[in-house]
Amino acid sequence: MATKTEKIDRLAELTARRETVTGGSLWVEAFRRLRSSKMALIGVAIMALFVVIALIGPWIAPHNPTAQIWRDEVFTNRGEFVGPRGENWLGLDHLGRDQLSRMLVGARQTLLVGVVSTVLGFALGALIGGVSGAALAFGGRAGQRLDTVLMRFIDMMLAMPSLLLAVSIAAVMGQSLTTVMIAVGVVQVPIFARLLRGSMLAQANADYVLAARALGVRRRRVVLGHVLPNSLGPVIVQSTLALATAIIEAAALSYLGLGNPDAAQPEWGVMLAQAERFFDEAPFMAICPALGIIVTALGFTLLGEAMREALDPKLRS
Amino acid sequence: MLRLVVRRLLQLIPTLFGLTVLLFIWIHRLPGGPAWALLGERGNEAARRQIEEQLGLDEPLWVQYGRWLRRLLQLDLGNSIKTGQPVWEEFTLRFPATVELGLTALVFAVVIGIPLGYFAARRRGSWLDVTAVSGSLVGICVPVFFLAMILRSIFAVNLGWLPSGGRLTTGIDATDVTGFAVLDGLLTGEFDASWDAVQHLILPGLALASIPLAVVVRITRASVLEVLSEDYVRTAESKGLRKSVVRGRHVLRNALLPVVTTVGLVTGSLLSGAVLTESAFSFGGIGSFIRQAISDRDYPVLMGFILFIALVYVLINLLVDLTYGLIDPRVRVN
Amino acid sequence: MPLLSVDELKVTFAGHGRRATTAVSGVSFDVDEGQVVGLVGESGCGKSVTSLALMGLLPAKGVRVEGRADYRGTDLLSLSPSRLRDLRGTQLAMIFQDPLSSLNPVVPIGVQVTEILSRHRGLRGQAARDEAATLLDRVGIPDPRRRLKEYPHQLSGGMRQRALIAMAVACAPRLLIADEPTTALDVTIQAQILELLKELVDQQGTALLMITHDLGVVAGLCDEVNVLYAGKVVESADRRTLFAEPAHPYAHGLLNSIPRLDAPRGQPLNPVRGSINDQIAWADGCAFAPRCDFYTLDCLQGTPELGPLNADAVAGHQVRCVNPVREPLAVTTLAEVGAGGDPPAEAAAPKGAPKTAPKAAPKEETSE
Repeated sequence: MATKTEKIDRLAELTARRETVTGGSLWVEAFRRLRSSKMALIGVAIMALFVVIALIGPWIAPHNPTAQIWRDEVFTNRGEFVGPRGENWLGLDHLGRDQLSRMLVGARQTLLVGVVSTVLGFALGALIGGVSGAALAFGGRAGQRLDTVLMRFIDMMLAMPSLLLAVSIAAVMGQSLTTVMIAVGVVQVPIFARLLRGSMLAQANADYVLAARALGVRRRRVVLGHVLPNSLGPVIVQSTLALATAIIEAAALSYLGLGNPDAAQPEWGVMLAQAERFFDEAPFMAICPALGIIVTALGFTLLGEAMREALDPKLRS
Repeated sequence: MLRLVVRRLLQLIPTLFGLTVLLFIWIHRLPGGPAWALLGERGNEAARRQIEEQLGLDEPLWVQYGRWLRRLLQLDLGNSIKTGQPVWEEFTLRFPATVELGLTALVFAVVIGIPLGYFAARRRGSWLDVTAVSGSLVGICVPVFFLAMILRSIFAVNLGWLPSGGRLTTGIDATDVTGFAVLDGLLTGEFDASWDAVQHLILPGLALASIPLAVVVRITRASVLEVLSEDYVRTAESKGLRKSVVRGRHVLRNALLPVVTTVGLVTGSLLSGAVLTESAFSFGGIGSFIRQAISDRDYPVLMGFILFIALVYVLINLLVDLTYGLIDPRVRVN
Repeated sequence: MPLLSVDELKVTFAGHGRRATTAVSGVSFDVDEGQVVGLVGESGCGKSVTSLALMGLLPAKGVRVEGRADYRGTDLLSLSPSRLRDLRGTQLAMIFQDPLSSLNPVVPIGVQVTEILSRHRGLRGQAARDEAATLLDRVGIPDPRRRLKEYPHQLSGGMRQRALIAMAVACAPRLLIADEPTTALDVTIQAQILELLKELVDQQGTALLMITHDLGVVAGLCDEVNVLYAGKVVESADRRTLFAEPAHPYAHGLLNSIPRLDAPRGQPLNPVRGSINDQIAWADGCAFAPRCDFYTLDCLQGTPELGPLNADAVAGHQVRCVNPVREPLAVTTLAEVGAGGDPPAEAAAPKGAPKTAPKAAPKEETSE
């Protein structure tokens, strides 16, 4: 006759053998799914490379990015550009500057524009969206009115074509790096605002919020402790995607002649814009910064998409 | 139907009012002002004053706004400060080009995007799917003007298949009726002019279509995938219906709902892309005109433009809602 | 020869790069012509997957289906997709759990009914619409002509399920599979829908495979019952036998867990303890062992066989257990458990009462 412990042990062993991974919290689960996503992996790799280049670029650049030391070469063979060669892996630009060095140094400016404008857009947008969502969901009649006013304002911003909004901001503030950052950032505001508000409203109607309120939890605590943290997922995903958009939009502003005018600070968008005139004779001049922008934007987009998928409750099994 | 349109337009009024007030203040804050833009380098303080007096720019802002609003109620958008021409005429001169370009891009996005997204979803994991998904991801990340450069260089400059810019080949005999080059040719029987205009539209249309196309592919794919796992598709299968019926009536019809919304959103954002594309192909539409107006501080043009854009947005949304209602009985307006 | 004979049906889902999960691990049962057979078990036991596998409605990718399912001499599991397409709707039909999500929201009810008529019976235009109206009328939808033009969201839950039933019986199938057809409905509607199903099945001589977790439904409707646990049949018997003398501890526990109105105040309920997650692989022993009150080490000597309870067992009463419960349930009666689902007020079936032949039962009960 088997003892009781033997029986239990044997069962426990067999049960454990079948044990499948059970879900953890939303974020833990999402992170695990993110880690196993190839898309996220590539995205993170690209991002890491980009950030590293942005940090150490100026030190590993083989030449001074502003020195026109090959000026003579470029101008003696008028119309013929110096393509990739031994000393200059990516060739020279129209002023005889080393492209590779300009790319390496320019990464920092590009990253700066992307990050600062996104942070700006995120901060303003989340503020408006968060206040609006909280006001509508928990603020009673007065909150409703506040929400209407804020959303009308956001609607107006959305009604302006984003690039023209950016252009007009750039026109007011004059041509500078700060201008580009603000212009690109402001364009992102309505997207963040709408997203956070919508996400918060969805959470506010969830049963757990009702339960918390029924238990007498203060409104402030419900909003800050429950609704807001649970609404942030889509907004965080959007900020990753917005980084990609910001870099592309900044390049577009440069193309329209509103980019950073400081030649001492190479930036990929400006480089690409300047290369347009010479595209038919020297396509490599445009292709380098363009590839830089595309690959970087792709890295952020991949990570954003992978995050979106990881957080999507519909895909969770 | 008509009531819906009217209601939408009425709902628009407060937003438009706020928008124009804000904008009025905003653009009048632009440093420089139109006087300087008109005078250029040669200007002096006295000349500037004189011009501002002529244009009424020295009066308080609210007086200026009131005057603008009064004119608007008489359907008068005022004259461009720069050219002196009525704003309305400036628009009708340039809008057709942009609309033509936008429509071309939209046609590309829808005609290529929906089937591509659909088949990608149906053959999930196949090479077609992988290509469509990665293509659409890259498509979102390529700056429109860079794509324009590449297309122009390959197909216009190097291969010479298509014109490299402009709306019509110079010297071609085209009569202007509606301002829409393709349509004019068809109306007047100048088919070669139409064909020429179509050729001029292909490259800029493709460049402008890149982002909408990517978005449409992705949404269609995601939507079809979702619908494929719906219970009613299983029901349809359980009834032993033919594949074509299951796919057409039960899958595609439902899957198109989010696509319609997305196409509407994308249409609204086409204008930003149009500014860049028009620049790259010297296409002479409204985009470049507005850019110039911003740097010239041409208030009446800018104000008129915003009004116009807001109207276009409302129209697009209306169209989206109506199409949606056609497909989805649950939101049909009675 | 039975109409449908399922033999060792096995369904395995390929995991996302991880271990494959077995949803159905060897299910066998028969359905005779015109018979009502119940497939009972808690969620996750594989009953829905079994029905989808029989209909060929499981996704083609990532799922492995093994075993045989003989339907009038052909193996449903090895039929080509197009042959299966021809059978579905005409020979086999299915009713699903959630009537709202099972109807296409953007297509009028009428089209969803007529499309099956035009596919399998060649009816078009007015003829199809007339027949569709007749069908809706038969399933008890008032004003069928008007309803044909309406959309699913305009119908009530019960009406939607009636519409789905109308589609399922449109071509008088030989076998109707109903996957928890009343779960998503109000209790008051549930009884009506079950009544309707029984009526139609009797009229057309259709066999019904009833998938449910509701013992009330089983009591009111089924001739034969198969109790599923963790992807295997653990007990199968005719309804009376099962309700009177459940032999598998799981079946016993299920019946014992039904709350009783006549129980003394304060007497605790008798749930089956644990959850379906506490199970072991069938290869190691009885999957139910971790939750079983009668568990011994003998239960862990490989998969128990499905076999007759003992020499003097009722014909067809089979149990997969090495320590079957010998004592019959004390007082459970069909009428009591049937109270939630269906009206038949049949006399209590005391233990040892003469066993009714499976086919005879429903005839007695159709009286209302």
